[in-house]
This record gives sequence, C-alpha cells and structure tokens, in this order.
Amino acid sequence: MSDTTMHSPRSYEPGTHPNLPPPSSVKGPVHWMKENLFGSITNTLLTVLAVYFLYKIIPALVDWMFVDAAFTGESRNDCRAQGDGACWAFIAGRLRLFIYGFYPEAERWRVNLSAVLLVLALIPILFDNVPHRGKAMIYSALYPFIAAWLLVGGIGGLTFVPTDQFGGLMLNVIIGVTGIAFSLPIGICLALGRQSNLPIIRILCVAFIEFIRGVPLITLLFVAAVMLSYFLPPGTNFDLLIRMLIMVTLFASGYMAEVIRGGLQAIPKGQYEAADAMGLKYWQSMRLVVLPQALKISIPGIVNTFIGLYKDTTLVIVIGRLDILGIGNASLADAKWQGLSTEVYVFVAVFFFISCFLMSRYSLYLEKKLHTGH
Amino acid sequence: MSEQLQNLDDAAPHIASAKGEEDIIQIKSMHKWYGDFHVLKDINLTVKNQERIVICGPSGSGKSTLIRCINRLEEHQQGDIIVDGIELTNDLKNIDLIRREVGMVFQHFNLFPHLTVLENCTLGPIWVRQTPKKEAEEIAMKYLERVKIPEQAEKFPGQLSGGQQQRVAIARSLCMSPKIMLFDEPTSALDPEMIKEVLDTMISLADTGMTMLCVTHEMGFAKTVADRVIFMDEGEIIEQNEPDPFFDNPQHERTKLFLSQILAH
Repeated sequence: MSDTTMHSPRSYEPGTHPNLPPPSSVKGPVHWMKENLFGSITNTLLTVLAVYFLYKIIPALVDWMFVDAAFTGESRNDCRAQGDGACWAFIAGRLRLFIYGFYPEAERWRVNLSAVLLVLALIPILFDNVPHRGKAMIYSALYPFIAAWLLVGGIGGLTFVPTDQFGGLMLNVIIGVTGIAFSLPIGICLALGRQSNLPIIRILCVAFIEFIRGVPLITLLFVAAVMLSYFLPPGTNFDLLIRMLIMVTLFASGYMAEVIRGGLQAIPKGQYEAADAMGLKYWQSMRLVVLPQALKISIPGIVNTFIGLYKDTTLVIVIGRLDILGIGNASLADAKWQGLSTEVYVFVAVFFFISCFLMSRYSLYLEKKLHTGH
Repeated sequence: MSEQLQNLDDAAPHIASAKGEEDIIQIKSMHKWYGDFHVLKDINLTVKNQERIVICGPSGSGKSTLIRCINRLEEHQQGDIIVDGIELTNDLKNIDLIRREVGMVFQHFNLFPHLTVLENCTLGPIWVRQTPKKEAEEIAMKYLERVKIPEQAEKFPGQLSGGQQQRVAIARSLCMSPKIMLFDEPTSALDPEMIKEVLDTMISLADTGMTMLCVTHEMGFAKTVADRVIFMDEGEIIEQNEPDPFFDNPQHERTKLFLSQILAH
C-alpha cells in the first residue's frame, strides 16, 4: 500500500491524527471479487472452471428433478409418457410407506402426534429464550416415555403395536433421537469417569470406550439381534427395537466420551482451581464451571457424532428392520416400478441431507450464541 | 476511604473483629514433595488475625506452593496446617469448611469466561453459601462498586482488560465473605499501567482489616501494606521481619542478594 501516503491530504501534529476511513480499494464488492475470485492466475482459472461445471450440472439437474419430472402416475410407463426426468410419482405413491413403514393405517395418528410432541419437546432444549423454560424442560424429560407409550401402546386404551411394524422414516427418527438424547449424558459421564482419580472407575470407563471404538456398529447390532438370545434366559422377550436402541446409544456414547474428553482437556487447570478455591463441590464445579466450557468447545465434535449416529440408523437394515432406506430398497422390487433406484436414493439422500444440514446449522448458531468474546 | 470501608463492613461484619492476638493460620513443621522433589521444607508459620503478610523469593522457591497448601489446592505430606481452628486433613468436610473462609486471587485471574462478571461473583455465594440469588447479586454489586467496576457487571470477562479482570477476581473472592485472602502473584500477568489499579484495590482491602497473604514482587506494596515480609528460597523460610528492617537491614546473604537483584532495576 505505497499509495497511502499519496492520499494523505496533509500531515497532522503528533497526537492529533484522526481515525480515517479505509481507502476504497480495500472494501466493497469489487474488492471482494478481486480478493476472493480473481486473486491470482490459479485462482482465476479455478473460478472459471467452477463456473463452467456449475453451468453444465445445474440446468441438467433442474431439468431432471423438476422440469421433465413426472409427479403423478400409476406405473413407470405413465412417468415415461410425461417426460424423461425423474419419476416422483413412484415416491409420491409410496410416501406413507416411506414415513410410517408398516405401522397400522388406523393408528398412524399416534405417530403424527408423537412427531408434533417431539417438536414441542425440542423447543425448550434448543432455545434458551423460551418462557417458562424450566417447566418446559420437565415435559421434555418426560417426552421419551410419552412417545414410547403413544407409539407402542398396549395400556391406557391404546391398541398394542408391536415394534416390528415400525419402519420407514419414523424408525430412523426414533433411533436417532433416542441415541442422541441418551448418548450425550452417558458420554459426559464416561468422559468424566475416564479422568477420575478413582482407578476402578477410570479403568471401567477406558475399557468400555476402547471396546466400543474397537468394534464395528454392525457387529454390535448383530450381537444385539442374534447373540443376546443365547445369553438371556429362555423365554425372555427382550424387544429387538430396544436392543437396537441400547446398542446404537452405547456406540455413540463411546465416541461422545472421547469428543468431550477433548473438550475437558482444553479447560485450563486454573478453572478447576478457581472452582475448588471457591468451595464448590466436585459435581458443582463440573456442572457450573467445567462442563459448560468443555461442551461449548466440543460442539463441532458432538454434532459430528450426532450426525454420524443419525446416518448409522440405516444400518438396522442388516437385522431385518426396514428404515427409510430399507423401504426404498424393498420398493425397487415392484414390477410396475422397475429401474427407479436413482429416484429412491435421491429421495433418501435429500431426506438425510435436510436433517443433517439442520443439525449442522443449529450447531453453528449455538457456537455463535455461546461465544463470549476473548 | 472510610465510606468504602463502611460498605465492606456492612457486607461482611465478621471481618471487622478487633485486630487480635488470635492465630488464624498455624503451620507447623510442614513438608511437601512433588514426587522426589522436596519443595517445602519444615515450614513453620503463624499468621495472626488481620495480619498482612507478603511472601517473596526467587521463582521456584515454593512461595506459591506454600499459600496453595493453605486452601488445599496442593496437598502437604507432613506437618499440620490449622486454619481458623480447623485442621486441614484429608477430610473433605474440613477442606470445604476452610475453602469457604479462604479467598484466593490467582496470577491469571481464572475468571469463568462463560459467565458474566456478575455471575462470576454470585456463583460461590449461591451454590456454596446458599445465599438467595437476589441477595447474592446485591452483595456482588457492592463489591464490584468497591473495586470500581460496577458498570461492567453484565459483560463477559473476555471483554475486560487484565487489570479489570483481576479486580473482578478480587471482588469474586470477597463475595464469599472470606476471613483470609490469598494472593498468588496477582500483578505478574498485568501490563505496568494496570498493576497500579490492582494494587490500589489490594491496599484499600488491607485497610479494612482483612487477613492477607500475598505472594508478590511488588516491593512498594510490601513496604506500604505488609505487617511482615517473608523471604523464601529453595523451599525454606529464610528470613522474616517487619518491612522496614527487612528491606533496610536484611540479615541473610541470600536475602541480600535477592533484594539487590529485584531492587536494582
């Protein structure tokens, strides 16, 4: 910036130099483009190349997904008659199957109600400016039990629906939400246990975490589905869905513990000492001083684990439960709709992308909100 | 000054008990090791109620470790420490009792960055002393006024200067109405222009009759405030005396060397 001297209209007495606005060459959209898109030859080339690819891909994609797509029809041939784009009629016709699986038609209002109640339960957890947040949290804590009763029924006048009729998107959401809700507290306990001064607790936590991380989730699910029956007393009816929930939760907890341990290690020793010197007891200093900071640092890792867990819910297909992906796969066998795998996988991908993208945006919002300036 | 003094006394009446002959801290032939390293050797120290003590010495001499033993941030392995009539043992209950009575100010402030200044000050009273929130906030504001930053109460520590943070840390300790205040090099991490504001706060605290143990290299502070200056080297108390004879007429060779080094610049 050798030209700054040129723009300086006059010199000032020492100590009287005012704060001047920056020259126009360091701000504004033109400057931004120069800096970010055409900064160097390589940069310019990459920009041009990227624009070219977008030009090639986006119109074709829009044509396939919307312009040439068929949204109604009774078979694949109906779709073909309307255009050579995507055949969304296939998905639309089976949408209810994708959402509810084999949940009995007449009882599906229970699933819808659970979904609405889930959103209500999430609001006080996700946002802290909700009125009466404390009371609302009690409801949130009770929600898993309410939802379990609503979905399974069998008492209080609701017809019993066996869990092997659960499927589709609702199965993904049930496993995902349960795993997320329980893996965080269990993970925190494991992470704290791993730092404990008591050797027995420490060894147990380390052993558990290392075991979980050393075994693939599929293996654990197989064990839950098949092997467990060998160890349980004969005649025990231990619901398969609950076994899966436990396994998925424990699996995510092991990873969560390590993510949170990373956050705990980033907290300076002085914070523990200040809390101790103040007379706070162990759990108080963890809850009020250490964990709020450690969890804040761990947010990216925690959400990463959540997203991983959520996508892993599709693995229930290996033990014969049909989640949204499983339903999609099974639908491909329909003779009327053969050869539409692209539509199915795009649909499933879009569903997962939206869910995961929301989680990721929320985590950014949270990080920003908890930033207290340094 | 006397008005401020009045303020402080309102909030913590028990501080103002007469400058007594009562021993508030007794340390008897105390030893501490870090692994094989003998960091404190046969420490004998008695602190009277309302006494102001400055501890100095070269780095690594064990002076910080000594005051950190008083509130059990460090464990001693031999000897006795009795604080306000309570013996410091492995009994968690005694440790908690002592920590309630002993405030500590750290070199790096150690404020809780996720809490506002006001929340930093009310955390201890609310959770340790079970003070109602509103009352705790009133007390906190009183002390924040006393350290002259009530207008920063809603800010986060990260938005304050080092000197302001250290004053908040002092206010935070005072909110627990401690009988004893420990200062572990409170000005060592500060820019020169901020040292004065913290020292001024400490001087006015000393005027209220607080029992204070300060590890510091601020010899000016020692001369103005201290009742007694203790010099430590290699884990031992080498020499202790009132400030005037300590600085004018040090007895021990090592004290002379240390004083010549830090007073030279």
